Amino acid sequence: MDLTTFLWTTFGIYLTISIFSFLYKDNPFYKFTEHLFVGVSAGYFVIILWHNSLAPNLFNKIITDHVWLYFVPGIAGLMMFTRFSKKYSWISRWPLAAYIGISAGLAIPLEMSARVNRQLYASMANISWDNFWGPGFLNTTAGFSDIIVLVGALAGLIYFFFSKAHTGTFGAIAKLGLWILMIGFGTSFGFTVMARISLFINRIQSMETWRVASFNTANEHYSMIFPLAFYGILLLVLAYAIVQFIKFMKERASAA
Amino acid sequence: MKQQLPIALVFIFGLFMVFQYFVPHETSEEAYEFLLDWIVIIGIFALGLGIWSLIKVNWDKIAEARRNNTREWFYPCVTMAGLLMIIIPGFYGTKDGVSGFYFLSSEGLQNSFFRQLFNYIIVPAQSTMFALLAFYIASAAYRAFRARNILSTLLLGAALIVMLRFNPYIGPLSPIFADMANWLLNVPNLAAKRAIVIGIGLGVVATAMKVVLGIERGYMGKG
Amino acid sequence: MTLFDKMMTLDRRWIFLFLAVVCFITYYGKFQIPIPVNSEVRSVYNKIESLPEGSIVFLGIDYDPSSQAELHPMTYAIMEHCFRRKLGVLTAALSQNGPGMAEQVFMDVVDSMKLPREYNGVEYPARDIVKGVDYVFLGYKPYFSLIILGMGQNFRIPFPADYYGTPLDSIPMMQGVNNYDQVAFVCDLTSGNIADAWISYGQSRFNFDMALGLTGVMAADYYPFLNSGQLIGIMGGLFGAAQYEQLADNAGLAKDGMRVQVFAHLVIILFIIIANVGFFMSRRKQGN
Repeated sequence: MDLTTFLWTTFGIYLTISIFSFLYKDNPFYKFTEHLFVGVSAGYFVIILWHNSLAPNLFNKIITDHVWLYFVPGIAGLMMFTRFSKKYSWISRWPLAAYIGISAGLAIPLEMSARVNRQLYASMANISWDNFWGPGFLNTTAGFSDIIVLVGALAGLIYFFFSKAHTGTFGAIAKLGLWILMIGFGTSFGFTVMARISLFINRIQSMETWRVASFNTANEHYSMIFPLAFYGILLLVLAYAIVQFIKFMKERASAA
Repeated sequence: MKQQLPIALVFIFGLFMVFQYFVPHETSEEAYEFLLDWIVIIGIFALGLGIWSLIKVNWDKIAEARRNNTREWFYPCVTMAGLLMIIIPGFYGTKDGVSGFYFLSSEGLQNSFFRQLFNYIIVPAQSTMFALLAFYIASAAYRAFRARNILSTLLLGAALIVMLRFNPYIGPLSPIFADMANWLLNVPNLAAKRAIVIGIGLGVVATAMKVVLGIERGYMGKG
Repeated sequence: MTLFDKMMTLDRRWIFLFLAVVCFITYYGKFQIPIPVNSEVRSVYNKIESLPEGSIVFLGIDYDPSSQAELHPMTYAIMEHCFRRKLGVLTAALSQNGPGMAEQVFMDVVDSMKLPREYNGVEYPARDIVKGVDYVFLGYKPYFSLIILGMGQNFRIPFPADYYGTPLDSIPMMQGVNNYDQVAFVCDLTSGNIADAWISYGQSRFNFDMALGLTGVMAADYYPFLNSGQLIGIMGGLFGAAQYEQLADNAGLAKDGMRVQVFAHLVIILFIIIANVGFFMSRRKQGN
């Protein structure tokens, strides 16, 4: 790792620790990082949008390829900005209407096909009566599993039908559907816990990479600044923690 | 013009898109490609509204802080500085050995400072903000997840089985939890999520039809 | 105040600290845990293994740094696997910060391929991965549903040029590659509703073989599509990435992080048990 990369990585670690400091309480380091991130992120999006979308799909077509017809979507797009005017904001409805119409029209056959037709088709699966209990413990290909999938999906759909009161037999099936849905949400929660922990693990991995680079004297670009930066940030965090602890003890003492 | 034309446009374009799905004729395909090409360009300008809004809000905050002589101009200045700090190098690059600002070609995307701002500000900041969720889920698990009734017990039971599915330190229970988790994912979870997917599909189709037929007009805003 | 009442009113910062300490200690423990492989991930690996040399694989790198923890290891493993198999990799990034993520992966994987390595007992010599010949990065466009549909007609409709501004017609790898018909396999790695768009607007309309790499939050929701045959496989979260690394014999950040997952999950389960014990004890006390 060379010096420039190390300094950038150190800045990244500083931002990481600033954001983690929010777990203790809101503070100026966190606020600074948050506002910097918002600005840089918005600017990045502007550049990507310009170079990847506006330039090749509109400007180059008009200026370089001389396809003058592209003035029409350009002007239609600019009409969107009339939204900021109280007098002329109705003009922005026209291009928006075109976009909404196209999106809605596309959604009707495609969502019907992918989410409804294909799923209903898959639900009408052959139940393997020959293999009803399956070869082992809780087999997913067993007949009873197929029945649970079919009955569970129907019961879940019945639960979401609120035009009829959930009483009697209908109510009992809806309740079964709710139970199946709860199991589904439970599995999602189990996955969610894994997902959230992964995010923290990644931060530990990046901090470890930085720490190892700080002390790697075999690196040809190694400099004393590396371990100084590591210990510097560690001391800052420790100093902040000590100050906060002293404040906490003083508040407790005065409350007592 | 203000009300009827947008509704008519939604109807015409919506109906054409539904019709086009079932008609593979060359003319229909050409019109479809033409519309896809143009509508993306129109949509790009809609995204610009958000950026303009961000600049305006921060500019107004700075102006108000200066007027009232308070210190609240600092953070909006940080946002604006960040915005300019990445936009300027995003247009500056080298083409055929000549360095300069290029607006019609993508040299700015190769600018090393631009890349470093992404790799060392956006990446650590955004990933750390989401990493905070790991702690919040631990706190939520401690404070909120109670087996109050059979429904929450089912939810917690399923969650516990899925969380333990790759744990090798629970002795002979390891393969049992792995099999149970696999069965839970591929049977009751499949049933539940299928019901949700079909429900969403029907909802999306119903809402899209309402929009195309002009029953749903929320996109027009007030007036 | 009883012990259970104190437990119920514990400052959450102590919970944060406990979790952080457990994660750090487990990480520095430097031990490995076995990674069992599910059929959902194995089918993705087998699909790429079965493709003949020269086939084109479309990789959708549609995620932001917020999901890089789970999806970056998957992307590295799959891309390196494709390059080892001498498959062409066609990539687009349909999320806002996706281009930056994709560039990181390309830079690192291209560097990694310059070293000879052994995977699953097979020696792979060093290889220069050339932009435009071995991979093409199309870049970013907004409104992913329309872009997915547009690519199905012709890649040149939404992407007249690649991310670097080179017209697609002048790129060697794109000669004769017009739309999904010339793509052998589509694998989308995403953290948002772009996955839904790929299924509804892409796979449903154009019927290509598709797999998804998803964050853990979403993975369980896509099993209906796996069961109906719309997807051939799902890689869910860090565990899915670790399974792919295990199959590809390419240990990376996912396998490295799994040991922390195991103990962090035990901590969460411990919190749930303690909280429920406290809850039931308090309820019994109120009942008495």
